[in-house]
Amino acid sequence: MPQIAISADSYAAQFAAVKRTAPLAGPLASLRDDAFHCFDRLGFPTTRLEEWRFTNIAPIVEVPFQAPAASGGLDREVLDALPLPRSGAPEFVFVNGSFSPDLSDPSGLPPGVRVRSLAASAAGGAGGLDVLTAHLGRLARFQNHAFTALNTAFLRDGAVIEVDGGVVSERPIHLLFASSSAPAPVLSQPRVLIVAGAGSEVRIVESHAGAGDVPYLSNAVTEVSAADHAVVDHYTVVRQADAAYHVGNLAVRLGRASNFSSHTITAGGAIVRNEAGVVLGGEGGECTLNGLYLGNGRQLVDNQTTIDHAMPHCDSHELYKGILDGRSRAVFNGKIIVRLDAQKTDAKQSNKALLLSEDAQITTKPQLEIFADDVKCTHGATIGQLDPDALFYLRSRALSKAQARQLLIHAFAADLLGHIKVEAIRRGLDALLLERLPMSGE
Amino acid sequence: MLEIRDLQAGAGERRILNGIDLVVNPGEVHAVMGPNGSGKSTLAGALAGRDGIEVTGGSATFKGQDLLDLDPEVRAREGLFLAFQYPVEIPGVNNAYLLKAALNEVRKHRGEPELDAMDFMTLARKRMSLLDMDDALLNRPVNDGFSGGEKKRNEIFQLAVLEPSLAILDETDSGLDIDALKTVAAGVNAMRSPERSLIVVTHYQRLLHYIVPDFVHVLYRGRIVKSGGKELALELEEKGYGWLDAEPAAATA
Ligand SMILES: Nc1ncnc2c1ncn2[C@@H]1O[C@H](COP(=O)(O)OP(=O)(O)OP(=O)(O)O)[C@@H](O)[C@H]1O
Ligand SMILES: [Mg+2]
Repeated sequence: MPQIAISADSYAAQFAAVKRTAPLAGPLASLRDDAFHCFDRLGFPTTRLEEWRFTNIAPIVEVPFQAPAASGGLDREVLDALPLPRSGAPEFVFVNGSFSPDLSDPSGLPPGVRVRSLAASAAGGAGGLDVLTAHLGRLARFQNHAFTALNTAFLRDGAVIEVDGGVVSERPIHLLFASSSAPAPVLSQPRVLIVAGAGSEVRIVESHAGAGDVPYLSNAVTEVSAADHAVVDHYTVVRQADAAYHVGNLAVRLGRASNFSSHTITAGGAIVRNEAGVVLGGEGGECTLNGLYLGNGRQLVDNQTTIDHAMPHCDSHELYKGILDGRSRAVFNGKIIVRLDAQKTDAKQSNKALLLSEDAQITTKPQLEIFADDVKCTHGATIGQLDPDALFYLRSRALSKAQARQLLIHAFAADLLGHIKVEAIRRGLDALLLERLPMSGE
Repeated sequence: MLEIRDLQAGAGERRILNGIDLVVNPGEVHAVMGPNGSGKSTLAGALAGRDGIEVTGGSATFKGQDLLDLDPEVRAREGLFLAFQYPVEIPGVNNAYLLKAALNEVRKHRGEPELDAMDFMTLARKRMSLLDMDDALLNRPVNDGFSGGEKKRNEIFQLAVLEPSLAILDETDSGLDIDALKTVAAGVNAMRSPERSLIVVTHYQRLLHYIVPDFVHVLYRGRIVKSGGKELALELEEKGYGWLDAEPAAATA
């Protein structure tokens, strides 16, 4: 397709510019080079690729996105107006991928927890570069992944969170990623590295939003390395502008007896693709992947998850729920791999979609690859509408049709909401579920 | 209170009610009896405004208004209450939350101030004790995992909180053991007043021992084929419904 060639060329010129204007130290520079070669070789994915069959990103490919030349600013009022969950410090703000110290408030971080900008880490000092070279690009592999390759090729800034062994970080650490496109479509590429030491505990919220009517592409990559017995509770909130595109890749590796949970909430963006890949790389690990996705208008939401049970005695629980209205479409693909050695695996997966309109659609596919024999794996998918009997029951109890719908929609998501430990996210979702969805109903 | 004239209704292609006439005055208790499939729940559903039941003829006037023209929620706010034959399970919706929302909708409609959580709980507890109901049910999802008897109690509990002017009880007795039946009936009786009317739908006169009706109507093939006083229920108990087949043209009393 010709437009692919055009955009690949334009990214080549931009890549050359980034190398010139934002040089990186040796190992990171070659990581960037490798990544760009991969991106150049792969090109943007098309629907001929199995993993992209139902997600046509031609609209993304057609827009000439520009990697921002310098770290742009953002007015505080604009930031405050974005639909980002906030619960105060510690809070780190990134504008089009670049750290904005002026808008951030690092207070409240306990000793033993370090949050630095990737640019500062890369510039060395206090072992910053060592952390990057040890982990960056090792979990989020880009060899077969054009978007991750693109993100890595343009590596310049982002967030690096290190939690020392045994340290418990109680307050959630908020990473706010704001994109802003005026005047030209911007390529915003958030990058996050989280390294949780043995026996540490941390809760991290990454939220993504943007302003304006000019499209932008937010292409985010997060790598999480959880050492033995670490507990990481991770949230991704995607509430991009209507005209925006978002592609996210969360790549996680767990050590022995560590516990990772991810909650991915999608409520905004023309096309949103969330990938989550977790490798249970030590015995006794536990992983929870939860997702709630809301679609409206002509939005497309695609969730792709891979849980790789590489070691014995690991549990994984996966629950994704979608609420789709208008002409929105969703894709869910849940892959579970149970390796030969991964005996006593217990893996549960479920995807449930609630279709609020005749034109909403969901494509759902579980994909189990099981090589061990002593395992428990269950999966299920359901697609349904609001229960008319329940609607009538509520109306017969004096609730308006709109109230009844809201209550049932909220009820559908109730179990997922119950797992969200960050009050600000839950409140935002309550408001979304109770205010936004019913208006487009008949 | 309620005046039904020649009401005809069906579902899909099917005609179910073939001309019902019924007048319920304030304070009266009417029993509607009839065999399976005679149209009792369809009548109750038509009055409450259930989707899928299509009224094809006749009229129903409730407190002087055209009932059939109102949305189900407006009927409820106006004081009509249906205790369901099959209460719907709604996982994820808290029983107390629903009932408080329901009560406040009714109060708003009446121009009364809304109740706050404290006042609501005080009222709810009072009504629960009336029905000898376990407090825990209040904080569970609506009917979700309730036993058959608990569901029926919950319906009457809602009735007791919402204080409607006309309550239709659709087979509230089915699924209740005799002790539960007595408790539920006592709850209903406690709600009886000169301003409140009841339509009690049932198969058996068992419930009518405890909730004594002023009138009994026999519904058969979508028509009220016989009406009488409370002794008619006993007669039906003795004779069953078989005789109706023998007298298909039985006169409407
Ligand atoms: N939605 C529907 N579509 C088609 N037929 C229906 C529908 N609802 C009810 N019916 C039929 O109409 C008839 C009357 O049903 P209804 O539920 O009113 O009876 P009932 O007197 O309440 O019976 P029961 O004593 O078993 O509760 C039955 O034959 C039933 O199968
Ligand atoms: Mg019935």
